[in-house]
Amino acid sequence: MENNKSYFGGIKDGMKSLLIGLGVTWREYFTKKVTEQYPENRKTQHIAERHRGRLVMPHDAEGNNKCIACKLCEIACPNGTIKITTEQVETEDGKKKRVLVDYQYDLGECMFCELCVNACPHDAIKFVNDFENSVFGREKLVQHLNIRKDVKPVENKEEK
Amino acid sequence: MFDFSIVTTWFDSLLRNTLGFGDFLSILIECVIVGVLILTVYALLAIALIFMERKVCAYFQCRLGPMRVGPWGIFQVFADVVKMLIKEIFFVDKADKLLYIVAPFLVIIGSVGAFSFMTWNKGASILDFNVGIFLLTAISSLGVIGIFLAGWGSNNKYSVISAMRGAVQMISYEMSLCLCLITAVELTGTMQLSGIVESQADGWLIFKGHIPAIIAFLVFLVAGNAEANRGPFDLAEAESELTAGYHTEYSGMGFGFFYLAEYLNMFIIAGIASTVFLGGWMPLHISGLDGFNAVMDYIPGIVWFLGKAFLIVWILLWIKWTFPRLRIDQILNLEWKYLMPLSLLNLVLMTIIVAFGWHF
Repeated sequence: MENNKSYFGGIKDGMKSLLIGLGVTWREYFTKKVTEQYPENRKTQHIAERHRGRLVMPHDAEGNNKCIACKLCEIACPNGTIKITTEQVETEDGKKKRVLVDYQYDLGECMFCELCVNACPHDAIKFVNDFENSVFGREKLVQHLNIRKDVKPVENKEEK
Repeated sequence: MFDFSIVTTWFDSLLRNTLGFGDFLSILIECVIVGVLILTVYALLAIALIFMERKVCAYFQCRLGPMRVGPWGIFQVFADVVKMLIKEIFFVDKADKLLYIVAPFLVIIGSVGAFSFMTWNKGASILDFNVGIFLLTAISSLGVIGIFLAGWGSNNKYSVISAMRGAVQMISYEMSLCLCLITAVELTGTMQLSGIVESQADGWLIFKGHIPAIIAFLVFLVAGNAEANRGPFDLAEAESELTAGYHTEYSGMGFGFFYLAEYLNMFIIAGIASTVFLGGWMPLHISGLDGFNAVMDYIPGIVWFLGKAFLIVWILLWIKWTFPRLRIDQILNLEWKYLMPLSLLNLVLMTIIVAFGWHF
């Protein structure tokens, strides 16, 4: 680049680009800072909506979830994080149907790749941006997603 | 304007007349007190500068910087200093022991030596010779030897590369640094630092010497930045290429000395720039506005000096956190093809202006 420019042309261009650089940092100096002071600002902190904190299975008001126990998420999971227990039941019109008994999700094994959510045909599971997941002991990381939290507290889960 | 020499002469007469000490004893006591003062101020300024560097750097990167230790993280650096003081100093096998041990002291001697030339207030300068500027540049170049020996003595290839780069760079940039100072000396007519400040009573040098003084000031900032091994010129340290360069193999206070000297060298550059070009402790005077000048006189000289010095430190940090590091050939190109000819031409320009009396 220096070769096809005159001595003084180079000086001029150099000064110009240096001043542009200084201008950029000057503006940056006065912009709002992005640091989150985490434990103190729990109330106001901003977590990105798409942040994958943990897997949940949303339940509606009657306590029904959309899961059809197809096990596609279990197959899609590269880590074997999800274990699904199903049973065959007979509906009133005599059809056999697979229903979900237990949706076991091990947060400790999960690598948050979201392949399970992508595989799910009914949008029964999703990731939420709740990231404060630390517990004492690995066994507490194993969650049963089809059991609603408001019905049964998380702490009682290891009895099952 | 408060004259600090009242205090020093009072103390001197206290020792000599009131307490009746002889020449030797009173000078000894004064030297010890001044030495302790210098080292204390040196350490405190280093802490202030490190804190400032962290905060300013964080702000340029859209962060907040240290916030945990004390309000706004002001005790962070104190914690770091304590950590550094209690760390073990261990030696490298096959290092050149003498050079390895001596090098940090050479760096710190050069830095403290140059630091003692600062003029803090009217009558408050520690070393004030008639060849002050000359001696200042001579003493401050001791640091190059320290850096070179540290790199050579550590028996580490990164350190040797860093030592070569540091020596080449610092010796080159000393040229334009001194040429800029000579330009200023030409206008003020004295090399004595207090005399240089006094001669700026009717206007700071960058106003009095207009074009050549401003050019000299800017070149001085660039060359000074390179001389302090900082900013885009931190080739000798180059942490992404040479781990830490010449102080890779140092731990504890050996490293601490290099760290201190780096920050204080930045302050010394800022201090010289503010003394020589911005009038040191001299308040801002605008001829004709007597009321304004009287108000400015109420602000103590040390506030003026530190204010100017820290403003320049801030500018140096701004430059450091804006520009990427240069390559060694680019650094030498910049010095020998651009800055040095420019400062030589500037020297001639200043000579013409002084000879014809075209300055204010």
